[in-house]
Amino acid sequence: MHVDAFDQFHHQHSRIHDLDPRFKVIFTILFILSNALLPDGSWPAFALAWLVLLAVNDQTNLGLGYSFKRSFVVLPFVLVAVSAIFSPRGLPLAEWDLGFITLIPTDLGLVRFFSILLRSWLSVQMAILLVATTQFPDLIHALEHLRLPIMLTTVIAFLFRYLFILTNEVFRMLRARDSRSAGMPGIKKGGSILWRAKVTGNMAGQLFLRSYERSDRIYRAMISRGYSGHLRTLNPHNLNQLDWFLFLTGLIFIGIIQLAGWII
Amino acid sequence: MPVKHPNLIKLKIPECEGDLLLVEDLHFSYPDGFKALRGVSLKVCEGEKVALVGPNGAGKSTLMLHLNGILGENSPISIAGMPIEKANLPLIRALVGLVFQNPDDQLFSPTVFDDVAFGPLHMGLPEEEIYLRVEQALEVVQMQGYGDRLSHHLSMGQKKRIAMATVLAMSPQILILDEPSAGLDPRSRRSLINFLKELPITMLISTHDLHMVKDLFPRMVIMDEGQIVADGNTADLLNDEDLLTAHGLEKP
Repeated sequence: MHVDAFDQFHHQHSRIHDLDPRFKVIFTILFILSNALLPDGSWPAFALAWLVLLAVNDQTNLGLGYSFKRSFVVLPFVLVAVSAIFSPRGLPLAEWDLGFITLIPTDLGLVRFFSILLRSWLSVQMAILLVATTQFPDLIHALEHLRLPIMLTTVIAFLFRYLFILTNEVFRMLRARDSRSAGMPGIKKGGSILWRAKVTGNMAGQLFLRSYERSDRIYRAMISRGYSGHLRTLNPHNLNQLDWFLFLTGLIFIGIIQLAGWII
Repeated sequence: MPVKHPNLIKLKIPECEGDLLLVEDLHFSYPDGFKALRGVSLKVCEGEKVALVGPNGAGKSTLMLHLNGILGENSPISIAGMPIEKANLPLIRALVGLVFQNPDDQLFSPTVFDDVAFGPLHMGLPEEEIYLRVEQALEVVQMQGYGDRLSHHLSMGQKKRIAMATVLAMSPQILILDEPSAGLDPRSRRSLINFLKELPITMLISTHDLHMVKDLFPRMVIMDEGQIVADGNTADLLNDEDLLTAHGLEKP
């Protein structure tokens, strides 16, 4: 199991990688907010937002389709929005009788559903780009400089670090179980469902205890080396003119997207 | 608009009068009631290399975790004349380099460089100094050029070296190692022994490897059941077969 299995950061040099993480975080949040505030069915504005996203993709040197390829993680969450299709307002388009319930999709409902789909899809892609171009300590550092309470940033930092410990332990335990899950020819392998459930339950408990103790030891290793609640990073965070230029350009584009959404 | 970080630690070490490490009648029980330490007293002078031996569960690791204030609050311990108190902790942790038994607990950063830089970085050193220290520490443990590698891809012997580099980069005054030779093949073990022999730092090292103790440490401390049962010349203690057998050890 690789420690970096979840780390989506891509080592590369590009304008976006070198951009100050504070600007990246602020821009990502503004972009997501802007998407959320766009009225339903403002297709030109969504298209513009998508163009901005493509431009950022292009500037990261990761390839135009980079964020698109990774954006499908959001699909399961879009299921929540499916109920919007059956919004009682708007003209009914069809009538589906499922026996116990009658579903009536409406035109306004459909527009709303696709708007939600596009919004979340665009927002998630920008967030993907943020983590792909910013190393985790830099991200935490940026949040600290943006005055996020230290308690929150510490919790986020440890959550991230311990995520790897947890998965590491899972893989170790699975390996230990698999290497003792032998079978004899002619004899049914494994016990009853109840027995299997019990084994799995014990493993879950073990997992909690083990990772709890391991995280404790790692925390000790961290404080032994001077950790005092602030995650530090070696990357110098200086705002230069290029940073400001890119950031202001981004803001102007968000402004245009909003204008397009509310005027056209 | 450069971001200024306050220098958290004043790197001025007070003049050491007498013992670098002083433990006086230390008691400790774990939350579950298990008494791990029952009155431990120990002195280590500057420049001494001391071996701490004893059976599993004797309290060696517990004692070591006290020496930089991770376990126990206001314990009767002083490092370079400073009592272990909250105000002194940052400086004490810079002075005491503690390496854990399992390098996987010690190495938690994505790359070797990040791990070795963690200590100097959190001491608030300037950037050039951090790069220099990382490079030097990796050179001391003969792992130059491994900075960009991922620590979990390394072998056990390499991991142990990197773990040692992570504390050497902090320039500690006393090195505390928990079973450094455990799990090493003979060649790695031999190079570890040579490396420790040449390292000019005060050391307190827990081990089961009495051959290494014989080679390396003039002074030996035997612990059993949370107490120090013998403390003296290694050659003398290793000759006392009754003493060794009584505490689960074997004459090398």
